[in-house]
Amino acid sequence: MKGSLLIVAFFAAGVLLGRFAEVPAFFRAEEPTLYALYALMFLVGISIGSDRKALQAMRRQSWRIVLVPAGTWLGTLAGAGLVSLALPGRGLADCLAVGSGFGYYSLSAVFITQYKGAELGTIALVSNIMRELLALLGAPLLARCFGRLAPISAGGATTADTTLPVITKFCGKEFVVVSIVHGVMVDLSVPFLVTFFCSL
Amino acid sequence: MLTVIGLMVAGILLGYLLRERSWKGVPRLINAAILLLLFLLGITVGADESIMDNLGTIGKDALVITLAAVAGSVLCAWVVYKYFFYER
Repeated sequence: MKGSLLIVAFFAAGVLLGRFAEVPAFFRAEEPTLYALYALMFLVGISIGSDRKALQAMRRQSWRIVLVPAGTWLGTLAGAGLVSLALPGRGLADCLAVGSGFGYYSLSAVFITQYKGAELGTIALVSNIMRELLALLGAPLLARCFGRLAPISAGGATTADTTLPVITKFCGKEFVVVSIVHGVMVDLSVPFLVTFFCSL
Repeated sequence: MLTVIGLMVAGILLGYLLRERSWKGVPRLINAAILLLLFLLGITVGADESIMDNLGTIGKDALVITLAAVAGSVLCAWVVYKYFFYER
């Protein structure tokens, strides 16, 4: 809980700074984020590699790993599809297109802006940032209430990179391979699903 | 994304080869990197006027879709975990 609050505090500080201060372009460029992410992944790698129990768990993976992304696809599209009934301004295809960003906000927002206009594009951006944040902040709670696959499924396309460290922390190192396989498969599906739902 | 996974594989190899060493500081560095990334994400969001100006409608619709999508996938993940992954 203390960890989540600290995360929210840092994010909120960033929003306030970006909103009200003149932040040098350097901090808004993609490079700093990218390099921080690179450092992060390298460190996560070290922590996995130096842990013997994690390596033993990796050897025991099997076919059932595919069920995790399958659950994410099914659950996300079912949820986004159903909720379109409660949003009068948004059609079924619109909601499915936004949902099939799976947290991959940069790509899905660009696609949706191109096919469906800037408004839905912005919704896709915000929604998928929210999904990533929800996965980051909610990981401890989700893991405790819905099992250790729940943070992975919630993380969608981000579980091979940005949310992997949090997942490693709260689901355990034995779920790192599941998380990466899940992230890669969902990530690859984003451009196909988004363009499909935009063309409906 | 290939670079990211490549770096992690490199880290895994290094950690594995030097697994006799103490890596006690690593979790703390991981936490610091997470906080930095979220801080940078916050700056990007805060500086984007099209997001900040229309937070009302955009935020409400986005939140509703997100919550529904996450709820659906978490429920599916729960079923998959319960029937295929839970051990003991």
